[in-house]
Amino acid sequence: MWLAILSLTVLGTLLGLALGVAAKYFHVEGSPLAAEIEALMPGSNCGQCGFAGCPRAAAAIAEGSAPVTLCPPGGKALAKALAAKLGISIDLDAVVDRGPQVARVAEEICIGCCRCSKVCPTDAIVGAAKQIHNVIREACTGCGSCIDRCPTEALLLQTLPVTVQHWVWPKPAATPAALTA
Amino acid sequence: MRILEKILGRHPHWGVHPDDHKRPAADAPLRSLPLPEVLYVPLQQHVGNPARPVVLVGERVLKGDLIAEPNGNISAPVHAPTSGWISAIGEITAPHPSGLPQLAITITADGADAWCERLPVADPFALAPEEISRRTAAAGVVGLGGATFPAAVKFNLGRRLQVGTLIVNGGECEPYLSSDDRIMRDRAAEVVDGLRIVMHAIGAREALIGIEDNKPQAIAAMRAAAAAFGNVQLRVVPARYPMGSDKQLIQTLTGKEVPADARAAEVGVLVHNVSTCAAVHRALRRGEPLVERIVTLNGGALTRPGNVLAPIGTPVVDLLRFAGVSGRPARLVLGGPMMGIVLPHARVPIVKGASGILAFDAAEARTLTAGPCIRCGSCTRACPMGLLPLEMASRIGVGDLDSAASFGLSDCISCGCCAYVCPAHIPLVQFFSHAKGELSARERSRLRNDATRRLAEDRAARLAREAREKAAASARRKAERDAAKAAAEGGSRPLSMRIADTTSEAAT
Repeated sequence: MWLAILSLTVLGTLLGLALGVAAKYFHVEGSPLAAEIEALMPGSNCGQCGFAGCPRAAAAIAEGSAPVTLCPPGGKALAKALAAKLGISIDLDAVVDRGPQVARVAEEICIGCCRCSKVCPTDAIVGAAKQIHNVIREACTGCGSCIDRCPTEALLLQTLPVTVQHWVWPKPAATPAALTA
Repeated sequence: MRILEKILGRHPHWGVHPDDHKRPAADAPLRSLPLPEVLYVPLQQHVGNPARPVVLVGERVLKGDLIAEPNGNISAPVHAPTSGWISAIGEITAPHPSGLPQLAITITADGADAWCERLPVADPFALAPEEISRRTAAAGVVGLGGATFPAAVKFNLGRRLQVGTLIVNGGECEPYLSSDDRIMRDRAAEVVDGLRIVMHAIGAREALIGIEDNKPQAIAAMRAAAAAFGNVQLRVVPARYPMGSDKQLIQTLTGKEVPADARAAEVGVLVHNVSTCAAVHRALRRGEPLVERIVTLNGGALTRPGNVLAPIGTPVVDLLRFAGVSGRPARLVLGGPMMGIVLPHARVPIVKGASGILAFDAAEARTLTAGPCIRCGSCTRACPMGLLPLEMASRIGVGDLDSAASFGLSDCISCGCCAYVCPAHIPLVQFFSHAKGELSARERSRLRNDATRRLAEDRAARLAREAREKAAASARRKAERDAAKAAAEGGSRPLSMRIADTTSEAAT
C-alpha cells in the first residue's frame, strides 16, 4: 500500500510540476488582434459606431461581426489601414466620408451649463459655469457626443467647406476599358 | 532623327519637343499695363500658410505698403501693388482649377501709383547673408518660375546645407511663355546682379545660368551682362521640355541626379529662376517689394500677343482687354499649356507665380477623346523621371493608389509629357494629379487621427489626475478631522482654534 501511495504522489507531483511549467512557458495572451486594431483607432471613445468605445469596436472588428468601415471620425484612411491589417479588400469609394465637421456653439442661447464640456472626448470645449462655452476647432473631431447633451440645443455640427488647399483633382471620368484591364 | 540625336548625345533621352509658339509674343517689346481701377490681391500666392491681413477696410495704402504679414515659418508677406484704399477683405474666386473661393484684399486704385518709403541698399555684398534673407523675405519674394516657394526659406536651406553651386533657371521650356525670355533680354543686368546677391546669401562659389538654345537674344544679353564676373557662367542647353524643371536642369548642367525624395540642396546645388533673381535685385538695390511681374499674354484668341508688366492682383479680364480678344476664347489658362491651370473664368486676379495668361481659340483648346491603351510605351520613353506612367495610371484607374505609389508616383513632377505623347490620348497626368491629391488627403486624415488619439489620451490622463487629487484631498481632510477629534477628546483646546477648523471645513 505504501508503494501505491508513494508512486501516485510522485506521479501527481511530477505531472503537476510539468503542467505548471507548461502553463508558464507556453502562455498565450488573449487574441492580440483586438489590441492591435484598437491601437489603430482614434481612441476618443465617441460611440458613433454604435459600440461603447473604441476597445469594444476593435473587439467586434477582430471577431468579424463589424465592418472595418464603421468609424466615421477615422474615415477612409482608417478603413484602409484596418482592411490592410485584416488582409481583406474593401471598396473605398463606398465609404461615406462626410468630410471634416466641427461642432459650433450658438452663443446667444448657450446657458453655460458645462454638460457638453464634460462629455467631449478630446476636451475641445472650453467654458465655465454660467459662461458662454466655445469649441476649439483644431481639437474638435466632429464626433457629435456633445450635441444631444445640450439642454438648449445650442450645439450644432458644421461641415467645413472644401478649401483650395484641401481640394483634390477629380479622377478623369471615362476610364478606357483597356486601361483598367 | 532620334537615333542620330542619341549618337551625337546632344539631346537628352527624356522629354518631348512641342511646337514652342513663343513668337511673335516673345519678340514684341515689353509693354506696361495701364493701371487697373481695382486690384484683387490674394492672401495666398505662395507655398505655405496664407498671409494674415494687417490693414482694415477703408484704410489708405501706398504702393509697396505691407498689407498682409507672413503666418508661420513657410509663408510670405503681401504688399499693396499700387496706392489707393482698401475697399474689401473677403472671398474672391481663386486662380485655381477648382474655382473655389479664396481670401483676398481688394484695393481701389487712386491713380497716383505713389510709392511708400523705400530703403535701398547701396552695397548688398556688405550685408550679412542672414540680412539678405531677411530683406528678401520681407519683400515677399517667392519663386517666380511657378513653384512660388518663399525664396528666403530656400536661401536659408542652401546656407545650412553649404550649397556650392547656384543654378539660375532661364530654361522656360513651356511653350507659349516668354516672360523669362523678356526679362533676360530687357533686364539682363538686374538678373545678373540679383543672382550674385543670391550667391552671397547662400554662400555659393559659382553660378551656372542655363538657357535653352531657342532664345538667342536672351543668351546674347545675359552673356554680355555676366562677362565681367568670372564665377558666373552661362551654359546653353538644348530646347527640350521639361528642361525648366529643376531636377532636369541640374542633371543637364552638372550631371548630378537628385535622388528620389531628396531636395536639390542635398546634392549641393540650389535652383532659382531668372525672374526671382531680378526680384531679389529690386528688393535689395531699390528696396521695392514684389508688387508687379512680367506676364506673357499669348494664344490664338488674342490679337496683340506679347509681354506686359502688370501689378499683382490685376484681373485677367483687364489683361485680355489690353491684348485684344478676337471672339470668345475657348479656354483660359494660367501658366503654360503643359502644366498651367485652366481658369474658371476671367474675373480672377493674377498672382506672383502667374508667368502667363493664355487665351486659346477652339483649335488650340480641342480635347481628343481617350481610347484604349495600346501598350506602345511612348509615355515611358517621354517620362523625364524614368517612371512607368501606363502602369501607374492603370492602377489608379482601379483605385489601387498604394500600388501606384510603389511605382514612384511621388517622384512624378506632373510635367504632362506622358499625356502629350500618348497616341491614345489617355489623360495620364490627370490620373496622377488625382492620385497625389487623394494620397495627401489620406495622409492628412491619418495625422488627424493621431492628433485625436493624443487628445483622448491627454483627457484620460487629466481625468485620472483629477480623481487622484480628489482622493488625496479627501484623505487629507479626513486625517485633519481625525486629528481634530482626537485633540477635542483630549480636552484642553482653545475655542478660537476650533472655530477656525470648522470654517476651513465648511469652505472645502
